[in-house]
Amino acid sequence: MKPAMTSTSIAPAKPAGDGLRFYGVWLIGIAALVVLPLVFSSGGSLTSFSLIGIAIVFALSYNILLGQTGLLSFGHAVHYGLGGFAACHMMNAVVSHGWPIPLPFIPLFGGLGGLVFAIIIGWVMTKRAGTVFAMISLGIGELVASSSLILRSVFGGEAGITTDRTALPKMLGWSFGPQLQVYYLIAFWLVLSAIAMYALTRTPLGRICNAVRDNPERVQFIGYDPHVVRYLAFCFAGFFAGVAGSLAAINFEIANSAYLGAIQSGLVLFATFIGGTAYFFGPILGAILVTYLQLGLTNVTSVWQLYFGIIFIGIVMFAPGGIAGLLMMHRPLVRAGTLWTVIPSYLVAIVPTVALACGVILTIETIARYSGGDPINLFGIAFNPTSPVTWIAAAVLLVGGFFVARLTWQRIADAWDRAATVARDRGYLA
Amino acid sequence: MTAAIEVRAVEKRFGNVSIIRDLNLSVAKGERHAIIGPNGAGKSTTFNLISGHIKPTSGEVKLNGDLISGLRPFEINRRGLSRSFQVTNVFARMTVWENVRCAVLWATGHRYAFWKNVDSLPEVRERTAQILDDIHLTHRRDVPAGLLTYAEQRELEIGITIASGATVVMLDEPTAGMSHAETERAVSLIRRLTDGKTLVIVEHDMSVVFGLADRISVLVYGHIIASGTPEEIRRDPKVKEAYLGEEAH
Ligand SMILES: Nc1ncnc2c1ncn2[C@@H]1O[C@H](COP(=O)(O)OP(=O)(O)OP(=O)(O)O)[C@@H](O)[C@H]1O
Ligand SMILES: [Mg+2]
Repeated sequence: MKPAMTSTSIAPAKPAGDGLRFYGVWLIGIAALVVLPLVFSSGGSLTSFSLIGIAIVFALSYNILLGQTGLLSFGHAVHYGLGGFAACHMMNAVVSHGWPIPLPFIPLFGGLGGLVFAIIIGWVMTKRAGTVFAMISLGIGELVASSSLILRSVFGGEAGITTDRTALPKMLGWSFGPQLQVYYLIAFWLVLSAIAMYALTRTPLGRICNAVRDNPERVQFIGYDPHVVRYLAFCFAGFFAGVAGSLAAINFEIANSAYLGAIQSGLVLFATFIGGTAYFFGPILGAILVTYLQLGLTNVTSVWQLYFGIIFIGIVMFAPGGIAGLLMMHRPLVRAGTLWTVIPSYLVAIVPTVALACGVILTIETIARYSGGDPINLFGIAFNPTSPVTWIAAAVLLVGGFFVARLTWQRIADAWDRAATVARDRGYLA
Repeated sequence: MTAAIEVRAVEKRFGNVSIIRDLNLSVAKGERHAIIGPNGAGKSTTFNLISGHIKPTSGEVKLNGDLISGLRPFEINRRGLSRSFQVTNVFARMTVWENVRCAVLWATGHRYAFWKNVDSLPEVRERTAQILDDIHLTHRRDVPAGLLTYAEQRELEIGITIASGATVVMLDEPTAGMSHAETERAVSLIRRLTDGKTLVIVEHDMSVVFGLADRISVLVYGHIIASGTPEEIRRDPKVKEAYLGEEAH
């Protein structure tokens, strides 16, 4: 499957520069993964990068279902978790039997854990798409998460299964004790998985997945069984989710029932959707953003989930294509050379929009902290949640910000219409 | 010689309403067969029954002598029968090129392959390019199908249907809603693309029907009241009364 990604030569009509740009993007991504920990070498950033890498693999695997095949799963963490448990058991077995399997091979077994469960459960689950699939995935997710607490021998109950990654045979002198080495292991599997998952989209199966997403009825009349297509997609998604879960297990040296649960399933849906499901790189952006938000927000506010909810609702309502969709909207404008006509309207909108955001944050935090009385620190300015000054500031920012921001958004829309019309007239689709 | 399509004593009920009653139809290999009849007569339902979209309540359908009633649509498609839809039924978010290519993949033997690069399959690329050329959509190859004009979508619908190279092609009102000029273009397209194949076509435009068809079947209230050459149909008193007569009023 891996060599399959090499060519972009479908289109005789496409410019030759496309191939170069394609490899360029991948190479820049890989180079960034190599260089990042050298630039930001603190323990905190290494941990963040590791978590982001895991989240990206997980979100990309989820998008095989959601973006590629049109399957909305509420239980994708099942494969992630089972991959994690499979990895922990495998690592412990390697240590106790003295098998010569070094740590970098463990994610393969994690992937198999996710895959085997997908193979078993998938055929029944993927019989139907849409609501039926979504509901069954939710049920299976709950079922597995609750049985993980009951089947103690396999899942270790509340405590989970712990492991010691440094006890495995060394590879090239690496013990994988230091976080930096773990980071590179994760980065390696991230690159491998991302290439494989991208390659998958460029295969006959990958193309038919898109067809099933768009129109499962018609697919039947060009020779394909949509059930088989969904099943295969489900198995691939399960495998790569298992890889992601095993990377998490390696990173934390533990797998527990939280890996399998609804929160984890919700987070991956959230990251994938925010990033944008229509483009391969969307979930990558979503995973980066959501992991950062999660790490950053949990430190500064107790109601971080509320912010996630607000962001999610905002994206669903105003940018259903996610961040990737927002970015790619600009492509025809760039090509037509009309992007510069909308930039000023963006700049004008920044101030009131930030004011509105501050108003929202101040309001939420005031309500959340009113009874406790903890001070609010908003970009270095301290606010007392019980003081009327804070309430007035919040109200002014919220209401004033909203009305001014709305005007500036209208200007963006107008500028957009003009720029897009010009782009269309010049023959670029918008 | 066995018929390409043989429908025998097929009945279809929705609830307790019989939409298709005692349907018998035989289409010889290589024949261009038109099905005509008033709105709601059951023409599309007949297509659905033959192509496996819905299952007959009773009776049987044979394709090249093999029983196919009860098979799933993709199984029937793999045996060489391909159909289009009256209401355009394409892959809206995928480009024109991808739409046609998907329809080429099974027939070229690539099936569910996940170890091949779809962009480096020469026979797939050539066939797709050929079909785009045939349906005059090469210049629109990178446009998402959902953004095509109505007439272009109808042409793409035909392209997807013939892409697999099926020997039996069924087109459900391919020219519906087209202008006169567009209809003429579509008809010559159909004539060319189905050369040497078996064609079953539902069509309301009588000049198209009588110009294109070798044989015509007239469907009224789910029952074929006459089947024959255009000349026989023109003369048939039952047809005059039930169908063509209406137009003469
Ligand atoms: N799934 C269904 N359930 C119930 N009734 C149906 C169903 N499908 C079709 N019918 C009915 O069967 C009859 C025949 O419909 P059909 O679409 O086959 O007609 P048609 O000859 O193709 O008409 P038109 O010329 O309008 O396309 C109609 O009365 C329709 O309402
Ligand atoms: Mg009809």
